[in-house]
Amino acid sequence: MTSIIDDIRKTARQLLTEEKVDVVIGYEKGSLPLKATPCFVRSPQDVDKLIWDETCENNLAAFVVKTPGKKAIIAKGCDSRALMVLIQENQIVRDDLYIIGVSCQGVIDQRKIEAETGEIIGATITDGKISVQGIECDKVFNFTEVKDITCQTCRYPNPVLEDVHIGGSIEVLQQATLFADVMVMENKSDSERKAYFKEQMGKCIRCYACRNVCPMCYCQECFVDCNSPKWLTGGVDSAENLLFQTGRALHLAGRCVECGACSRACPQGVDIRALSRKVNKDVKEMYNHESGLTEEVKPALNVYSADDPEAFLVKE
Amino acid sequence: MKISKEKFGQSFDALAAEYQVIAPVRDAGGVSYKAVKKFSEVKQDYLNSKLPPKSFFFPQHEKLLSYKKEGKDVTVKNELNVEKTILFGIRPCDAKGFLLLDKVFKNDQYRDPYYFERRDNTIVIGVACHKIAPTCFCSSLGLSPASSAGSDIFLIDLGDSYQIEAISDNGKFLMAGLEGLEELSTEEQTLVDTIKSAETTSKVDVSTITTKLDKMFDNPYWDTLHEKCLSCNACSFSCPTCHCFDISEEVLKNEGSRVRTWDGCMAPLFTLHGSGHNPRDQKKSRWRQRMLHKFNYFVHNNGDIACVGCGRCIKNCPVNLDIRQTIDGVNKAELVVD
Repeated sequence: MTSIIDDIRKTARQLLTEEKVDVVIGYEKGSLPLKATPCFVRSPQDVDKLIWDETCENNLAAFVVKTPGKKAIIAKGCDSRALMVLIQENQIVRDDLYIIGVSCQGVIDQRKIEAETGEIIGATITDGKISVQGIECDKVFNFTEVKDITCQTCRYPNPVLEDVHIGGSIEVLQQATLFADVMVMENKSDSERKAYFKEQMGKCIRCYACRNVCPMCYCQECFVDCNSPKWLTGGVDSAENLLFQTGRALHLAGRCVECGACSRACPQGVDIRALSRKVNKDVKEMYNHESGLTEEVKPALNVYSADDPEAFLVKE
Repeated sequence: MKISKEKFGQSFDALAAEYQVIAPVRDAGGVSYKAVKKFSEVKQDYLNSKLPPKSFFFPQHEKLLSYKKEGKDVTVKNELNVEKTILFGIRPCDAKGFLLLDKVFKNDQYRDPYYFERRDNTIVIGVACHKIAPTCFCSSLGLSPASSAGSDIFLIDLGDSYQIEAISDNGKFLMAGLEGLEELSTEEQTLVDTIKSAETTSKVDVSTITTKLDKMFDNPYWDTLHEKCLSCNACSFSCPTCHCFDISEEVLKNEGSRVRTWDGCMAPLFTLHGSGHNPRDQKKSRWRQRMLHKFNYFVHNNGDIACVGCGRCIKNCPVNLDIRQTIDGVNKAELVVD
């Protein structure tokens, strides 16, 4: 029996050898423990550097739009949903893309580990156990303990769009209540919520890692970069930061694929998901829409109909 | 000399009445430098702050001046407010970062008043690192976890006491007011020597990087280096030496202000001209600029490499584009002969 990574490498090698693609976008081992890094493989000799494990945390769909030529991409469930939305929004040519689908167990949230061990000096992953050597102490974690919060409620671990599937599929976790985390936030008092977001937004340094890591944020000119008119100042107080973060969350309404890449990318640990999850819940309740699941169903706010029963539609 | 933490704490609390004292504290985002009133609020056991302390001299967003128009009258107000400040618990990498920023904001033709009014009214108390993160590589840049360059007073934590040394005249002035200074015991001196000889485990070779980069502007190395970069500013904004800024007007009706905001060379907007032309419209040229500025231009202009090996850019990069590997890549790159 071959492992998933052997099959990924085999597929990548074949695609490059047969010149079906110019580049394979995947992950290689990073320079830090428990950190994979995106890589662009252009030669069959280099496919052995590809890896596949619980450290592959980036959403590679973010690189597809700006990578020229025919490309193959290794796609988890969330990555494939992002590709689906990009296709729906005419950002990528489907024929130029070969999707190597892999079902995903979820990825590691390093912050959970570092909260206990301090900076990670070394780590190994074996059979769902992560042995960490930290600057404060050493500890063995079960993967489920340190799984990223996004992956804990993931309902689409299996790719929804793929040209080949590698490995088995993963059973979808049954949840008694969808968006339980959002309900907790909704049930807080206004002042509690305000205090929470004030603290979170106060941490943001407007480096825009969240926006740039997001496959759905591909605007040629982001509203925050526009200087005529200037929608918001360069001020880094919680009010200005909230304007940026809410603006971004609203632009993602019906488009966010819940990969959680934004929160993982944030160097300051801002709870960016708290906003997008609420928007996702609203879109689900109001439009019964979840983004990037099928090619036919376009993003909820990208379509209109002259027969729309809602009173807001202006009719001649 | 040494001083017990108890005595030091008493002097610290007394100074906090006279100076604004900024020190490392634990908060929601990790360890940050914040204003404190008591020594007991200070976080003692920390690797380094999440963000560099450069913002106390060079804030991310600062009003330079404000103005108001009433009829034909225009009033302009200088917005520079400076308090006498003590920056406590600065790590050697960040203290060296201040020396590098000094070179940017002052030369023989210009002294930036906003930066230097704060800088000249601040006493920096550095503290040696006891723990060294895997991303630290200051030993490769002429520093060490116990180098005192850039500090006015330098401390080495000995448990219940600090070894204390005045580095500058300002430091001597402040130290003269301290009570309870004692001589180090032989054992303590041995401990100090051990801490002073410590080095980072992670190292890079920058011995020939500047001259190598002189010949690398058109090198194919830049063609692929940048590929995974997201063009965010997580690296620049967490760098103790990055200093680029933008000046803009924030105006509402008949009043407004001129503000200076951090900018970063990784963002495409950074060099976008008014004409629409952008000389660095590709990630390739932006990454080349980052490397050349830090390891070549800054050396030619100011005599020093503009990197102190704090490792924050490595830790904070969302795609793990590691500057140590980039330096290695430059060292290994083949020179193209015309």
